[in-house]
Amino acid sequence: MIRRLLLAAACVLTTALPASAQTLRIALRQDLDVLDPTLATTYVGRIVFAGLCDKLFDIDDKLNIVPQLATGYEWSDDRTLVINLRQGVKFHDGEPFDAAAVKYSLERHLTMQGSFRKSEISSIDHIEVVDPATVRVALKTPSGAFLAQLTDRSGMIYPPKATEAAGKDFALHPVCSGPFKFVERVPQDHVTLERFADYWDAKSIHFDRVVYQVFLDSSVRLANLKAGTSDITEFIAPTDVAAVKSDPKLKLVVSDALGYASINNNVGNGPRSNTPYGKNPLVRQAFDAAIDRAALVEVVFNGMYAPSVQPVSASSPFYDHALKPPPRDIDKAKALLKQAGVTLPVKLELLTPNQPDQLQAAEVLQSMVAEAGFELRIQAMEFASSLQAQTRGEYELYLIGWSGRVDVDGNTYQFLHTGQGNNAVGYSNPTVDKLLDEGRGLTDLPKRQAIYNQVWPELRRDLPITYLYNARNIVAMTAKLNGFRPIPDGMIRLQGLEMAK
Amino acid sequence: MRGHLGTRIAQIIPTLILVSILVFCLQQLMPGDPALVMAGEERGDPQVLAQIRAELWLDRSLPVQYLHWMGNVLQGNLGFSWRIRQPVAQLVLQKLPVTLQLGTMAFGIAVLIGVPAGIIAAVYRNRFLDYVANAVGLAGLSTPNFWLGIMLILLISVQLGWLPPSGYVPLTEDWRQSLATTIMPAFVLGNAIAAILMRHTRSAMLTSLDQDYVRTARAKGLREFVVVIRHALRNALIPVVTLGALELGTLFSGAVLTEQVFSIPGFGKMVVDAVFNRDYPVVQGVVLVTAFLYVMLNLLADVLYVVINPRLRAA
Repeated sequence: MIRRLLLAAACVLTTALPASAQTLRIALRQDLDVLDPTLATTYVGRIVFAGLCDKLFDIDDKLNIVPQLATGYEWSDDRTLVINLRQGVKFHDGEPFDAAAVKYSLERHLTMQGSFRKSEISSIDHIEVVDPATVRVALKTPSGAFLAQLTDRSGMIYPPKATEAAGKDFALHPVCSGPFKFVERVPQDHVTLERFADYWDAKSIHFDRVVYQVFLDSSVRLANLKAGTSDITEFIAPTDVAAVKSDPKLKLVVSDALGYASINNNVGNGPRSNTPYGKNPLVRQAFDAAIDRAALVEVVFNGMYAPSVQPVSASSPFYDHALKPPPRDIDKAKALLKQAGVTLPVKLELLTPNQPDQLQAAEVLQSMVAEAGFELRIQAMEFASSLQAQTRGEYELYLIGWSGRVDVDGNTYQFLHTGQGNNAVGYSNPTVDKLLDEGRGLTDLPKRQAIYNQVWPELRRDLPITYLYNARNIVAMTAKLNGFRPIPDGMIRLQGLEMAK
Repeated sequence: MRGHLGTRIAQIIPTLILVSILVFCLQQLMPGDPALVMAGEERGDPQVLAQIRAELWLDRSLPVQYLHWMGNVLQGNLGFSWRIRQPVAQLVLQKLPVTLQLGTMAFGIAVLIGVPAGIIAAVYRNRFLDYVANAVGLAGLSTPNFWLGIMLILLISVQLGWLPPSGYVPLTEDWRQSLATTIMPAFVLGNAIAAILMRHTRSAMLTSLDQDYVRTARAKGLREFVVVIRHALRNALIPVVTLGALELGTLFSGAVLTEQVFSIPGFGKMVVDAVFNRDYPVVQGVVLVTAFLYVMLNLLADVLYVVINPRLRAA
């Protein structure tokens, strides 16, 4: 009786469940920040922008740069980029997309107070409108990384009139030229977009609405997918993969991502680098030799990530396929420590953000290196505090990840070049500096590849950063959803996505 | 009585000022530089950091920052969220109905379960029903909210498919859907409070059932139901109301874990997100509003005492 009553009550409550096939519900792992591409910093924010704002260029699954709002480009010399623009494109407010809008947007990214795009495209000297369908971008110095920046937020274009009119309030009602336009946002909960009827590529869009839902907890994300209240989730925990695979209503798409996880070694940032580990590369090499990356990934991430000793993933043209993670070698580690002449055990402190998987990884590392003669103490700290500790040099080793950039420069220069703001390990190697400078200045791919192939051995010897693995994008979705294209940047492109009847 | 209420109302303003100063000082003790967090993965650029500090007044002294903020608050401006650049007042207004709805429902469930269970346990003292009520109460108290929440999601949403596993729909948009999304979290929250209310109602009832006036009422030949409800319960309610107001205040300050598990966008989730992102204006705004709610609920409890117990009217 009670059961029947409960069922009846539940039926009354659930008859109104939103089940419209025209709405696509995308689960995000985190809440996004400000909805303004110039000011935004979060990864999940970029996933929403993929529905809202088109970019000059996009990338494909091989990280090739392909046109989006542009139709093509040409380097007229090594500092001048001529971009041809798509015609007949409209912004959500009806303004036409043209060269003036591109010039306006790039200048907004460059000069707006608080812009986070400034440093990405600071190589721009000036922008000229050649004609409504052509812009010419003059750079201060040659840059091999510049074009890749235009495949992300720096390449998102605004309608000048609406953007000017909105001023500081742009983020409350963002206007762009993407396939969907903004409807509403409830922070910590969801963002709703609706189909933009005048989208230039309207035939590739098969949904009327997109709702981006925020579920911080990975089991809650999975539960929603299983219950059918989310259609696709941008990321599920590696430990939930088995649950997705065993559910016939769901499917899984795994692809190489752009980022990496590493141990950042304090080799020159303040007094805490004055340890045998910080000052003697042999000690760091011993630590490295004691790590079994494959086992680490197997234990903590169910083998879903790719063990690696490079800051770029296998999807990148700069990945050196010959440079494999070395097998664990305890004898070598012990010999190196002996050669370094340190007293055993070598006491170290590993700082890590207090997330469960990071802590587990830290514990696995702790037991691995113990066998070689390291006594690793784990210090778990809330994320923001750990970040500050790193910046201030208040750490010895720091276990952390980087979401990754399309171009190799974004994964290396700021962390490894002498004096860069993100070089919190305090690394300084004139050879690496010179190579990184050269690498960013070239636009020719084979020449650049040759340069970075010289950087990796330097890093393997000095080990300012001990790379552990390259992450993968683990996307789960209802089996009815077709047309999903895995791209290394992890964005969910709405073009081509379709729900089977 | 009027004088008493007047004093209580006059206490509200210094209380709120004290709370605001406390919050302002406490968050300065938190490690983690807000500018570093704001900058996200752009934190490598010292220019960016300096610019953020200047824009957010982080380069001024603490008292100056406080007065700047307080000045705005007095003009009705709670400031802007640093992270998502929305006015804090707007964020609070967005979340307040959610938290009020969830809190009220949870409290309703708690009262509906806890008070009758407490009465039954007291009336059937040391008999079977008392033991059952105690056991159920103890189970409710000792079950962690997040565990119960996840179990309910797995059973009712994933296995049986009766209710949506998480999310929130406003009452004004679709009341049935709104109830469907909030009934499970409200039960999880209410269940724990029901246990507390049950224990307190039981002990207060035991005390008042032993009183002379109860014996007198029985001697007058009143029906047992009337004796229990009108004579004993009414006097037993004072401590229960006090406790209820405190519990309701706690509910209105947000239920972090439960909101997290059920993805309910209420105060708890907002304030936790804000703390982790060092979004100080949001933390300050939410704390100020919840402190206000707390104070008001206690005032309400004071009024209720008088309604329940007329003897207090003279005081």
